[in-house]
Amino acid sequence: MKNKKTRILLVDDEIEFITTLAERLELRGYTVKITQDGESGISTLASTPFDIAIIDLMMPGLNGIDTLRQIKEICPDLPVILLTGHGSTKDGMEGMRIGAFDFLMKPLDINELMLKIKLALGEAPKG
Amino acid sequence: MFNRLITRLFLLDQTPKEHYSALKRNIIAVMLLITIVPLATMLVINYFQYRSHLRSQIIAPLYAMAEKTRHSFELFLNQRLATIRFISTTYSYQDLNDEQKIKKILISLKKEWQGFVDIGLIDSEGKLVSYAGPYSLVGKNYSDQLSFKETQIKGKYISDVFLGHRKFPHIIIAVQHLTDSGQSWIIRATIDTDFFNGLISSMGLPRLTDSFLINQEGILQTDSLYYGNTLEKWPLKLPRATSRPGSAEQSDNQNRNVIIVSSEFSITDYVLVIVQPQSVALKSWHVLQTEMIVIFLISLTIILVAILKMADVMVKRIKTSDENREAALAELQHAQKLSSIGRLAAGVAHEINNPLAIINEKAGLMGDLIELSANFDKKEKFSDLAKGIINSVSRCKKITHRLLGFSKRIQVHIEPININSVISEVLDFLEKDILYRKIDIVVDFSENLSLIQSDHGQLQQILINLLTNAFAAVDDFGRVDIHSKNIEDDGVRILIEDNGCGMPADVIKNIFDPFFSTKKEKGTGLGLSITYGIIKKLGGKISVDSQLKKGSVFIIDLPAKPNNQE
Repeated sequence: MKNKKTRILLVDDEIEFITTLAERLELRGYTVKITQDGESGISTLASTPFDIAIIDLMMPGLNGIDTLRQIKEICPDLPVILLTGHGSTKDGMEGMRIGAFDFLMKPLDINELMLKIKLALGEAPKG
Repeated sequence: MFNRLITRLFLLDQTPKEHYSALKRNIIAVMLLITIVPLATMLVINYFQYRSHLRSQIIAPLYAMAEKTRHSFELFLNQRLATIRFISTTYSYQDLNDEQKIKKILISLKKEWQGFVDIGLIDSEGKLVSYAGPYSLVGKNYSDQLSFKETQIKGKYISDVFLGHRKFPHIIIAVQHLTDSGQSWIIRATIDTDFFNGLISSMGLPRLTDSFLINQEGILQTDSLYYGNTLEKWPLKLPRATSRPGSAEQSDNQNRNVIIVSSEFSITDYVLVIVQPQSVALKSWHVLQTEMIVIFLISLTIILVAILKMADVMVKRIKTSDENREAALAELQHAQKLSSIGRLAAGVAHEINNPLAIINEKAGLMGDLIELSANFDKKEKFSDLAKGIINSVSRCKKITHRLLGFSKRIQVHIEPININSVISEVLDFLEKDILYRKIDIVVDFSENLSLIQSDHGQLQQILINLLTNAFAAVDDFGRVDIHSKNIEDDGVRILIEDNGCGMPADVIKNIFDPFFSTKKEKGTGLGLSITYGIIKKLGGKISVDSQLKKGSVFIIDLPAKPNNQE
């Protein structure tokens, strides 16, 4: 167990999904905050420090890519993992081009997500 | 009107098979009509023009010959007539009535002029008073004979040919002399007609050609080769004669078609007749006629063969073009259908993906909670159930991702691609085929394969096309090897090798041509053509090597990035 819990911001409009995912992450020792759209995610980040953000690409209003852009403006060092439900790597690659750490395709493999989080936080060896 | 006719002739409303045979028939009919009608018209016009021209050319020499011979006859008769007239004016009645003198005159005549047989003096009463010749005619009265009456009226007379006492054909020439005192007497001479036959012989008539003299009643005045001897009735009808020679075509008593040319004498009632069989006269015309018909028939045959061949080629091309158009249309419809299905699948997959993600998380959370809970009855069973749900979701995820991935084929997205992943995806997609047919897939991927910039969906499409073809080429339990490796300039090479039926050289030559298919009705012939087109568009190249009954290998080289991306 870590001394200080890692703070994760989860942004996705699918409430059932993020509440369950948040609970699973909390079970794994993380502090999780959820928001249901890009705008509230950005405002939450502006007011509260987080260690990592996990953002869905397809959201009503501000989409994942635009949300990422704005987050990078206010928190350029915050690692962001994108989630995509399209089955295509295109948007994920685009996200990585503008600063996302990595992307994952839904439905998620929790172990893979954990690995990406650890890699993003520098807690796991790369490769 | 014309358009309607063309529409009816060439745009036929029949079943395809009948359509092409009817189209071919109509093309042949129209082409025959527009080529043979002018040709036949020209032939008919030429036939009649040549016939008319040649006939006049053929008959002209006969006319000339008839005129020339008639002239010779008339010269002969005129000379005899003039001689008798000269005697009548030179000698007095008393001189001529002297037996010795008249005999001397006959001797002189025979010596100077050919044909004279006898000569006699007839007084105004018609009584022969003096005579020199082979017969004893002195005292014979001619007053009731035509020769005497005619001479009395016209002053001269030339008789028709008749047989005299010696039964030789001869003619009489008589001239009347009138003295100043009003006394009249007639000199009458007999001339044999041997000269007539000699003149006719000297005409130089062509083979099978006959010539003779007849009088106005059609009685032969000389012997004929085909129509009897002197004084027999000529069986044919004289052509209408005017001042110029007349001609006619008739069938003679020997059933020969003959041309008759006649020329009437001016000083007597004789008519010179030349009869020539048409087979001789029109020989050159018949040769020309035969040549014209042969040329026409040869032209007709050439035209017919050319038209049949052209119609065949035209209809085959139209048919091929129609089939290609239909195949392209079918391919387009197929592509549109696939596109629609793809969009529908993408929509469905996307909608299912979100609930799947929720199920996945819920089951995951359930599993987490079970793991963290103290032991309870059937804990392991619940844990397995949660894992089962997650595994099922994972399978569903593969399906939805595959559907989403394939639906993206219609759009071009250049992105970094690991070819090995694309091959694996395609193999997953074709998994059912591989399993059912028990095809042995041997994969040899280069582990450090370069990422290339390319279109994921289009690469999937070309790999599906090539692998589907490879699977079609091998039997059940066949083997397909797939290799990937780096090539120069950061490009990637994919080799797809099968141990199937292979292809002959003539198939390999056309394998990437549109609409070329060895699968008959099963293929559109567009698969490899599309594959070739996509690879070209992505800046790559494809080649094939194949040995009949041993197998084929397709080699695809893809560049690090498409040409237009550089």
